[in-house]
Formats: sequence, C-alpha cells, structure tokens
Amino acid sequence: MTEAPSCPVTFPTARRHLFDPPGEVLQWQRQGALHRMTFADGHLGWLLTGHSAARAVLADNRFSNRTELTHPPVPHPLARQENRQLPPGFFLRMDQPEHTRFRRLLTGQFTVRRMRQLEPRIEEITSDRLDAMERGDRPADLVQSFALPIPSLVICELLGVPYGDRAQFQRDSAALLNLDSSAEQMSAALVDLMAYMRDLVLRKRAEPADDLLGGLVAGGELDDEELAGVALLLLIAGHETTANMLALGTFALLRDPAQLALLRDDPEVADNAVEELLRYLTIIHMGPVRTALEDVELDGRLIRAGESVAFSLPAANRDPERFDDPDTLDVTRPATGHLSFGHGIHQCLGQQLARAEMRIAYPALLRRFPGLRLAVPAEEVPMRSHMTIYGVHRLPVTW
Amino acid sequence: MDIKADTDRCIGAGMCALTVPEVFDQSEEEGTVVLLDADPPASRETAVRRAVQLCPSGALSVS
Repeated sequence: MTEAPSCPVTFPTARRHLFDPPGEVLQWQRQGALHRMTFADGHLGWLLTGHSAARAVLADNRFSNRTELTHPPVPHPLARQENRQLPPGFFLRMDQPEHTRFRRLLTGQFTVRRMRQLEPRIEEITSDRLDAMERGDRPADLVQSFALPIPSLVICELLGVPYGDRAQFQRDSAALLNLDSSAEQMSAALVDLMAYMRDLVLRKRAEPADDLLGGLVAGGELDDEELAGVALLLLIAGHETTANMLALGTFALLRDPAQLALLRDDPEVADNAVEELLRYLTIIHMGPVRTALEDVELDGRLIRAGESVAFSLPAANRDPERFDDPDTLDVTRPATGHLSFGHGIHQCLGQQLARAEMRIAYPALLRRFPGLRLAVPAEEVPMRSHMTIYGVHRLPVTW
Repeated sequence: MDIKADTDRCIGAGMCALTVPEVFDQSEEEGTVVLLDADPPASRETAVRRAVQLCPSGALSVS
C-alpha cells in the first residue's frame, strides 16, 4: 500500500522520466482525486489528480478562471504583477458572460469543416518543410526545421500575421512562457508583443485584409486593445502548443519503434494516434487553476469559497479508472475523452486546427524519412521542464 | 433516440461534429451546434452517446 501524501503537498514538477508525469502525483492519485496543496504564494488550496473530478470542476460555473481570483501553483515571475494586468481580450481568463462575447466571435473560424478546408494548405506547408529538411544539413534540429515552422506558418496565415516578423514574436513568446525569465524580462516581452499587435491592428484598419484579424477588425465588435489581446492570445496558443506536441510526440515515437511503425504504415491509425499522443504526453503540465466562487463539495471533500484548485492534467490523463494501462503509449487504444484540450467553456478553441496539423505532420515526417533517428543520446535532449508548456527545446535528428 | 442541442450553452468546440458528422454540424457564422438528425438510426446510438459525453459545455442530451 502506498503512503498517503503528507499534507499539504506542493505542485510536483520534477520528472524522473522523459514522458511521464512526476511519480509522486501518480502515487497520490491512488489515494483520491483531491489533495490539500500549498500554492506558490502560500495559499492553501487543492491539487486535483483524478479524471472524472477534473472534468466535473472544469465544467462547473461555480469555479472561476479569472486571474485576480486564482493563485499560482508554481512560482511565477509575474505572480504579483499579474494582480492582475492581463491584456484586454485575453478571454481565456474570463468567466461567462464576458468570455462568451469573445469566444462567439471566433468559434465560426475554427469549426471542424473550416479546418478540413485548410488541410490542403497544411499539407503543402508540411511538404515544403520536409523538402527543406532534405536539402539541409544533417543532423537537423526538428524543432526549428519542422515542429515550430508548421504551426507557426499556419496560424500566421490564418490570423494574418506576417511570418517575416516571426523572429520578434517567437522570441518574446518564448520569454513569456519561460518560468526562468525574470519579472522584467517577462513584462517586457508582454509589452513588446502587445505593441506589435496594436500596430498590426492599425495596419489592418488601414488596409482591410481577408484573414481572421482583418475580419475581426472589420466586424467592429471589439476595440483596438481587445483586438490586439485576442490576436496575441491566438498567436501564442497557435504556436507553442502544436509545435511542442510535434517535437515531443516525434521524440516519444522514436523511443517506441513499434508504435512509430503503426502510425507510419497505416493511414487509418493517424486520427487515434493523435488523440493518444495528446493523452500520453499532456504538455499543459502546470495547471490550469480554478477558484471556487462558493463552497462546493467534491469527492467527499469541501472546497471553500475562495480556495484555488490546481489541476494536474498529466495525472488526470493517466487515471487508471478512465484509461486502461495508462502509462503505456498505445496509438490504437480509444484515447478520446482525454483532458489535454481542457473541458468546459474554455476547452481549446483551436483544437480542431491542432488535430489537423498533427494528423498531417506526423505521418508525413515518418514517411519522408523512414530512417529518422535521434542524433544524440535521449538523455541529452533538453527538456522544457521549466516552461509552462512541456516539450523539448531542441530535438537533434538525422536519417 | 431524442437528441437535444442547446445552442446557447454551446461553445463551438466541434467535438460532436468530429465524432458523428452525420448527426451534428456547426453553423458557418458562430460555429455552434446544428442538429442534422434529431432521431438518427439506432446504429448511430453509441457514437451519439460518445458525442454527448465529449461535449465540453453540456450542450447536448440524448434520451
């Protein structure tokens, strides 16, 4: 029998294995779904590790996602300043009905059908990147040559952000997600990014454009600050998520040749393999967080109004009550129902775009380079342990 | 089967249209759920129930 956690715990971040959540969080999960947890600012709240309880809280409007109400699970450079100056338009951190106003303006742009219409263009972009890799040097860094450019090009085209400006916004975006950044570095990155977006909004106003941001500008529902905030949120979300899934997913497949072969050789496997990689890798690994607006009973415990609940989505997605043999990567298992895109009203707006990108990019890479392999020992791959989104900083590969 | 879809609750995640495109679609403008077939053949019941379960906003029900 495993020991019950000594109460209260802190948010576990130290991984012992490349792809597994920290071991203790999986041990605690066997004791129950909810655990008392001390947040980085000293707040006594809860850590949630169970799949069904996580689903319930994420869909419960008695819990708020507003920044000024939530406490940071891990030390964050902007923990104080974030009290709480997010740009207007960051609807990710709004509750209803404010959230609905923004989301409704965008959902039509990310439907399953719209994303299917984008597929030929995603295939073209993917193929161009693979051609460039073939012409380039070996070994190559898969992050810079493949995993980052594909979602970056796609979201830039969709939003109407000039890809040529990427050096600036990719650097700032990385600084914003790096928990080792100083408060000054992080604030400066946010200021720069908002300035860039404000300028872009003005350019769209001067020269109407047939892209998502141009459409929002022409729609006239949002003011310029809100437009800049929405555009920035979509740009960061569109970049940092799929890029990390593509690189980390490839790394996981290279470590498991049988699973890699299934995805490479059978086109029917791709849809499900994407869901399983999302489940198994769960790159959103330091939250989300919600705060109870009233007393709520859950799993036999009482969460009091004002207490924050931090989710371990990697643990919830390895919950043996929801997924059989959860620590095994199995691209043929039924993996839908994972929480990697969240749940409730904030479930990822761009999830159908992310699915399309991964469904196209993984098999295309594995088929183009059947001899793809790591160019360094696995333990030398630099992992993004101190980034709010997990993945690899670089993935040296050859073929 | 009697399927109900609440477009006010819907957040346009698209899980229903992804899971059973024969039964659910999304509107062009807002991306919210469009019920194509409120009483589909029994052969689709498992898929419909999965879509109801996957819906993140609780906008769907089936009885």
